[in-house]
Amino acid sequence: MFSLASVATMSACIFLFGIFFCVVENFQYMVKEAEKSVAVTVFFDEGISQEDMDAIGEKIRGRDEVSDVVFVSAEESWEQYKEIYFKDNPQLAEGFADDNPLANQAHYEIYLKDVAEQENLVDWLGSVSGIRKINQSAQVADILTNFNMLIGYISIAVIILLLCVSVFLISNTVTIGIAVRREEIGIMKLIGATNGFVKAPFVVEGILIGLVGASVPLALLYYLYTRLIGFVGDKFNALTGLLHFLPVGQMFRILLPVGMALGVGIGFFGSFFTIRKHLKV
Amino acid sequence: MIDLQNVTKSYATGVQALNGITLHVDKGEFVFIVGDSGSGKSTLIKLLLKELEPTSGSIKVNGINLNKMKSKAIPKYRRKLGVVFQDFRLLKDRNVYENIAFAQRVIATPSKDIRKNVPKMLSLVGLAEKYKSFPKQLSGGEQQRVALARALVNRPNILLADEPTGNLDPKNSREIMKLLETINERGTTVLVVTHNQEIVDQMKKRVVVMHKGVIVSDERKAGYKQNAD
Repeated sequence: MFSLASVATMSACIFLFGIFFCVVENFQYMVKEAEKSVAVTVFFDEGISQEDMDAIGEKIRGRDEVSDVVFVSAEESWEQYKEIYFKDNPQLAEGFADDNPLANQAHYEIYLKDVAEQENLVDWLGSVSGIRKINQSAQVADILTNFNMLIGYISIAVIILLLCVSVFLISNTVTIGIAVRREEIGIMKLIGATNGFVKAPFVVEGILIGLVGASVPLALLYYLYTRLIGFVGDKFNALTGLLHFLPVGQMFRILLPVGMALGVGIGFFGSFFTIRKHLKV
Repeated sequence: MIDLQNVTKSYATGVQALNGITLHVDKGEFVFIVGDSGSGKSTLIKLLLKELEPTSGSIKVNGINLNKMKSKAIPKYRRKLGVVFQDFRLLKDRNVYENIAFAQRVIATPSKDIRKNVPKMLSLVGLAEKYKSFPKQLSGGEQQRVALARALVNRPNILLADEPTGNLDPKNSREIMKLLETINERGTTVLVVTHNQEIVDQMKKRVVVMHKGVIVSDERKAGYKQNAD
């Protein structure tokens, strides 16, 4: 009976943890997706040779914080510009003929691994000779960095809270179990049972509670998560561009082992330390 | 076999349970420890089981000095002792067979040996037919026999019995005592704490009388015969 209550409460805790984990992972995934579109753009001094631009590109690629560098030549810049601004009146663009108005607009688009490193990179770029101008979106980078940190802090706080609740619950179960089986334990000790023999059933019980208490909510979460993604995809088509959900397989590749390890770990340590405290065997 | 030298035991409450006890029990002896409530009999059993530490004095059992024994060595030491109590202390959710087998499992006896040893013990205590019964389906006398079988299944060389007939009627008490005598004749040293004077008088064994934590008499009844082995 007590074990059943523990499994139920452990399940509730891991279920909450799972929901929180899914939310956090998806937020981070969305933030990462957003970060991918944040780039630093560098323009070169007038009249710089292609060799010098290539050399600068190599230097930039050599930086640890850089994930990708895309070179956009002056011709490509003009093509992009035309595509955007003269889409409806291409004859206007023809007026420029071979005289590229963006002749000095060849540039690199630099994508970062972590948007928080943007400031460092920009500082460094400022010291590289041959670079005329650096465009960055400091505000977007700051918002994303702060948001990421906030999610990190909240997740740590909630995980610690859930861990404490779960350990307390297991500890309670073992304490009640010891009280109920005090006589049996006394008999075992008088017969000559070793400490390990006395402790083992409690520890095994704790691990089983953890195992069952983790499996049930994880299975439920799998089902609910799959349904939710399907539901949002079906009903809120307009949001698909904004909401990038982690695929269920990718989510559970992390959540499954983490959830199981958490359940078994809490079960093991909770029961092990409680029995040590109460039995003094 | 059992050797106590000047043993005293005071509890934190200030109660002086034992006050300079010196007692020697040889291998194969059958000894009654008698005395009123509060005379220190149960404290003596607890000291021998290493449930308590003496305040002073030395205790040796099977040649081992209990004063110097480390807590890790206690389980191994207790396996050489058999214990029975007034309240039987059987596991209520397990049947007779399982109660006895439990004692063997605790010391990691292989299953095939358990299957051989348990029926042997049940025959010895006369409960071969009732191996499937649960404690609550048995009489007090039968429960004490199960407790005895459990105490003996690991072949201890000393049997400690704390008021083994305290909850039994005279007929069952006599039967349990007869069983203890048989066990003693097979070579096990038996120490029985009791205040059942009638039984003590009938049995013609060594009787140690305690009063307020000291031994006031230690005599062998007329007709006493000690088992050499």
